[in-house]
Amino acid sequence: MNLLIKNGRVLDPASGVDLIQDLLIAEGRIARSGKGLNAPAGVRTVDATGKVVCPGFIDMHTHLREPGFEYKETVASGTRAAAAGGFTAVCCMANTFPVNDNRAVTDYILAKARVEGVVRVYPIGAVTRNLEGTQLAELAEQAEAGCVAFSDDGRCVMNAELYRRAMEYALPFGTPIISHAEDDDLARHSAMNEGLVSTELGLRGQPAAAEDVMVARDIVLAELTGAHVHIAHVSTSGAVRMIRDAKARGIRVTTEVTPHHLLLTDEAVRSWDPNTKMAPPLRGKRDVEAVLEALADGTIDCIATDHAPHALSEKEDEFADAANGIVGLETAVSVLLDRLVRPGVIDLQTLVTRLSSGPARLLNLPGGSLAPGAAADITILDLAEAWTVDPARFRSRARNTPFAGWTGTGRPWMTIVGGVPVAP
Amino acid sequence: MTWKRKDLLSMQDLEAAEITDVLDTAESMKEIATREIKKVPTLRGKTVVNLFYEASTRTRTSFEIAGKWLSADVINFSASGSSSEKGESFLDTAKNIDAMSPDVVVVRHTASGAPALLARHLRCAVVNAGDGAHEHPTQALLDLLTIREKKGHLEGLNVAIVGDVTHSRVARSNIYGMKKMGITVTVAGPPTLIPPACQELGVKVSHRLEEAIAHADVIMMLRLQHERMKGGFIPSIREYSRVWGLTVARLEHCRPDVLIMHPGPVNRGVELAPEVADSQYSVILDQVTNGVAVRMGVLFLLAGGKTA
Repeated sequence: MNLLIKNGRVLDPASGVDLIQDLLIAEGRIARSGKGLNAPAGVRTVDATGKVVCPGFIDMHTHLREPGFEYKETVASGTRAAAAGGFTAVCCMANTFPVNDNRAVTDYILAKARVEGVVRVYPIGAVTRNLEGTQLAELAEQAEAGCVAFSDDGRCVMNAELYRRAMEYALPFGTPIISHAEDDDLARHSAMNEGLVSTELGLRGQPAAAEDVMVARDIVLAELTGAHVHIAHVSTSGAVRMIRDAKARGIRVTTEVTPHHLLLTDEAVRSWDPNTKMAPPLRGKRDVEAVLEALADGTIDCIATDHAPHALSEKEDEFADAANGIVGLETAVSVLLDRLVRPGVIDLQTLVTRLSSGPARLLNLPGGSLAPGAAADITILDLAEAWTVDPARFRSRARNTPFAGWTGTGRPWMTIVGGVPVAP
Repeated sequence: MTWKRKDLLSMQDLEAAEITDVLDTAESMKEIATREIKKVPTLRGKTVVNLFYEASTRTRTSFEIAGKWLSADVINFSASGSSSEKGESFLDTAKNIDAMSPDVVVVRHTASGAPALLARHLRCAVVNAGDGAHEHPTQALLDLLTIREKKGHLEGLNVAIVGDVTHSRVARSNIYGMKKMGITVTVAGPPTLIPPACQELGVKVSHRLEEAIAHADVIMMLRLQHERMKGGFIPSIREYSRVWGLTVARLEHCRPDVLIMHPGPVNRGVELAPEVADSQYSVILDQVTNGVAVRMGVLFLLAGGKTA
């Protein structure tokens, strides 16, 4: 619980700090920062010379799969994957079995996290019972039990009236409603993005409009209700344009983007690799350019992995039948450091902000800062270390990644939760 | 001889020289059909498995006859009555068949990309006999053979492909193949049945039948699936047939030497008037005849036979 981190470049955008200095941690909290701090007796010292010391990264969109799908992932394996990938906290989605639509499941997840987890776990409760989109889940009890947001992620709540009621009902809890914005009808049976590639491959595509119409609806409902609506995994140029406009008009809408929607286009589907299949699908080049721009200008508040573990047998299938989703916890930081920060597409401060204070602020979570008194959740990066993505070495139980074999430079070096190193 | 591939998955993969190679090989096979004893020993001791996950009579029979005339052992495996009904995955089934050491697996599947999946995992040669709305390369090859036979050449011709292009693997394979052979392709149909970004495939797009077929050397009519009404692609078969059906009256405005093609099975009275299907312009049955020759050529090239 006590630790001295020496000589690192302390990068804490939330406090406007970017200095080479030491950080002293006492009893799980940041005690002091400054140059030439000495370790009190018995305190372990970490030499962070040449490394970047950041507020702990928070993945606000993770599927831990427990309870019910332990063959895909567990709280134990998922949080180890998070730690290995530089995340000190994850928010886990409600599409477990049973669905996290009541206090008992939330309690179970939190108990598992206390006993078996190595990073902080913040459950996200379902908006509707059993994710069926017909009746509200018991949001008040779930909020009381510790749910930090509500989402039917994986499914779109198509009933606008019910969704409006959910937004209103959740207002007193201060918990955002997270939208999986994908119109069921426009996206029906689709296996990928609609465009030239879907035409060539003969795969049913969904237009960007499937996302755009729902983002438009959700913005309108956020304006109507005054609720905080967070758009999950934004992927289209139309959606970021509408979100940018809505923010300018003072509507409480926020959004996140995944590493794969920043780095890959639907061209990747030509490989027929089911690890290029997810919802929303990989989009076209212009969409990728638009989300990159929105990430840089702050329209996009945070980066989230949408870590979606699946068993090999669920992915190694005919493309249209393969399960949606890919894992991301163990690759996100590395691929973004190499492909976006190193070439200067975004700067390091922006990346760190979108991974730490961004999600912390919009979910009202502790963390996101290295100011004295803050919980000592810290991610230390090594910008010089080379890496190769080898799924066989994942801590996650799953291997479904489109980044297998990718190489690059810059990666998480140490992950500290409450003053305790949990990775490597 | 330029053939070096392990598999035949798509026309998009093939180069013009390879297409010509297959057509020439197929042409040399046609004579076998005229013999009293229609059998040559070319593929004796070779095994061809027809792995069909979608109903098909014409294509399966065509591959079966092609294999048998070349003396290969041909086994038909269809999804019903097999372990796929017991929950075995497609890939597991295919790996089991591969473990029995066939030389060629001919696969037909409702899912686009299914043959590519097999090609990645199987040792034997894989032939795509139609996958979803993706490709049907042997159909395009037999169409090209038929056109070359009737017209004497391919380059410079105008072909109109009419109907449900969105859901048609035949259209895609023909577009890729025809473009490579120097044919100008026009696709025509209601906008709902023309796939997104279709022009980027290098074809002209028309939404008027008369315009599309006016200067065509070949008109290829596509089959309309009745379930297209459910997806909102067309309001009714009746209206589709009125607007997009090829009738004798419409044929009068076409070139006098126009060829009418159809991949079958024909919906008589829907996309093709019966009198047109049976007219002097129709080469629909020649397509079927050439289908056997093309599949003989493909099996010969892939199974590594020495002489025809």
